[in-house]
Amino acid sequence: MIVNERAINALVIAGLVGLPLWALVMDEPFTITLVTRAVILALAAAGLNIILGFGGMVSFGHAVFFGIGGYTMGILAYHAQTYTALDLGAFTTGGTKSMPLIWLAAMGLSAIVALFIGLLSLRTSGVYFIMITLAFGQMFYYFAISWAQYGGEDGLSIYVRNDFPGLNTLQPIQFFAICFALLCIVLFVKARLTASPFGLALNAARQSGARVETAGLSPLRLKLLAFVISGAITGLAGALFADLNRFVSPSMFSWQLSGELIVLIIIGGVGRLMGPVIGACVYVALEHVLGGITEFWHVYLGLILLSIVLFARGGLIGLLTGKEGAHV
Amino acid sequence: MPSLLIIEQILNGLQFGVMLFLMAAGLTLIFGVMGLINLAHGSLYMVGAFAAAAVAGATGSFFLGLVAALVAAAFAGAIVEIVVIRRLYKAAHLDQVLATFALILIFSEGTRWVFGSFPLFLDIPDAISGPVTLPGGIEYPLYRLVLIGIGLAVAVGLWALIERTRIGIQIRAGENDREMIAALGIDISKLYTLVFALGAALAGLAGALVGAIQSVQVGMGEPVLILAFVVIVIGGIGSIRGAFVGALLVGLTDTLGGVFLPELFKLFMEAGAAQRSGSAIASMGIYILMGLVLVWRPTGLFGARA
Repeated sequence: MIVNERAINALVIAGLVGLPLWALVMDEPFTITLVTRAVILALAAAGLNIILGFGGMVSFGHAVFFGIGGYTMGILAYHAQTYTALDLGAFTTGGTKSMPLIWLAAMGLSAIVALFIGLLSLRTSGVYFIMITLAFGQMFYYFAISWAQYGGEDGLSIYVRNDFPGLNTLQPIQFFAICFALLCIVLFVKARLTASPFGLALNAARQSGARVETAGLSPLRLKLLAFVISGAITGLAGALFADLNRFVSPSMFSWQLSGELIVLIIIGGVGRLMGPVIGACVYVALEHVLGGITEFWHVYLGLILLSIVLFARGGLIGLLTGKEGAHV
Repeated sequence: MPSLLIIEQILNGLQFGVMLFLMAAGLTLIFGVMGLINLAHGSLYMVGAFAAAAVAGATGSFFLGLVAALVAAAFAGAIVEIVVIRRLYKAAHLDQVLATFALILIFSEGTRWVFGSFPLFLDIPDAISGPVTLPGGIEYPLYRLVLIGIGLAVAVGLWALIERTRIGIQIRAGENDREMIAALGIDISKLYTLVFALGAALAGLAGALVGAIQSVQVGMGEPVLILAFVVIVIGGIGSIRGAFVGALLVGLTDTLGGVFLPELFKLFMEAGAAQRSGSAIASMGIYILMGLVLVWRPTGLFGARA
């Protein structure tokens, strides 16, 4: 069966809009939350896909940015809700409950951290890069565990979801709409980015750094910029994820999460615009269905993953469209 | 006496380091010879620990438990190599990461299925438990000294195996040019299975030995795996010597940092804050070390190839 990739993409978007609306009519808020979770994970993986799919950099530490986004939300909201001051050295703030501000802070912080991690880890490539990003992830994980002020190992609960002007974020469908809108914006920007001179140069740097250099461009700079953008998007997803659960914990920094983000992309298809979205939907569905059947659903997830790597290169989109690679 | 404390902590660091070496040696060997990044190495560590705990629990013999750990991990490694890993040698690193990540999921949940979620315990036999008095009046657990001894013995044995035996020549040749040694009539796929099983056995041994000081539980392998990654990144991927130096550096940094950084911070901070920030920075110490090494030498201390 060969299907057009555009048709699949349209179907997925339609499903993402239709399912929550159906759940709203049927009064099943849990389904809406489930779809919201898939959308947020898709957003995080979409961030990772910029460097992994288009830039060819396998970051095994992207949970760093997810966690930074989560903790940014957690810390700002914690101070706002407890009316305590947050001392940032140069100035103090009372925190904030406003989602847009939290998003800006989360993306900004993630971008700064991505700049530092990128500067260090992009000195290397291949296996070294994989291991170094993994190690940075662990570094943040252990830091979060030892950060007693914000819950340490137990994490930090935020009792009320943050505010978005004009919306009631406590309604699952309205929070879903926010997340979905952000995902659409990011996917749109990503599509434009891929077609832009920067995207083309990044793709070229993935294929041959030396040729890009002879064309007068710096592969390191291209990759670093992609890494920073990627980190900022994953950071945004982290802030949303924390708001969805109203809870942040060091597990947002865990290496398993970094692995899962890669898994989402692979399930859907590397380097494809909708790959992370399809991957996230399938993953959350699997988690829900298999998790309901057996406590040990990870065994099946492992087997499915293994068969995708061994037999279905190109992920689900590759399988359905009959094209293994995403790139022309 | 502070100097006694320092010596004790150095011994702890050495013990931690040599156990890391057992893990890192297998990882670096597998990468050096087959070019494979194996995330499931931590699972083999866990398999070793569980095999040791199960057999030692059933027979009452710690020694039999160790043998079981070696055999079970080598066996699991060989099976995994033949069924899955063999198909990945020519694949991209991303595929290798993913497939071995899938193996972690299967191993971890499979083990939970068989043994349950509660940790098992592995008792140290009486003959090598309890403290000994070292010259200078230091009381130190005998078992940890035994671990240091075993680690050093394995390091020497591995060196001899690779530098002095026929198999070692083949392994080194396999690192340099796999087509060439295949052309010389050596069954390369058998050699690969052997190297993988050897790495697995070392990981299983480490799991069993460490399992006796900590508890044996699902998920015990991955933190060690990541530390072993740090070790081989510092040492240079593919270099056994690098793995040894890296393992000792990481072991000592982690152990000494955790004890002495808070003390150091107390010199210029108030005690509570010093304790907090000292231990926070100590927990990141080895990653900072790794970062510094990479700035200095992007391919690690003993790594020649990029």
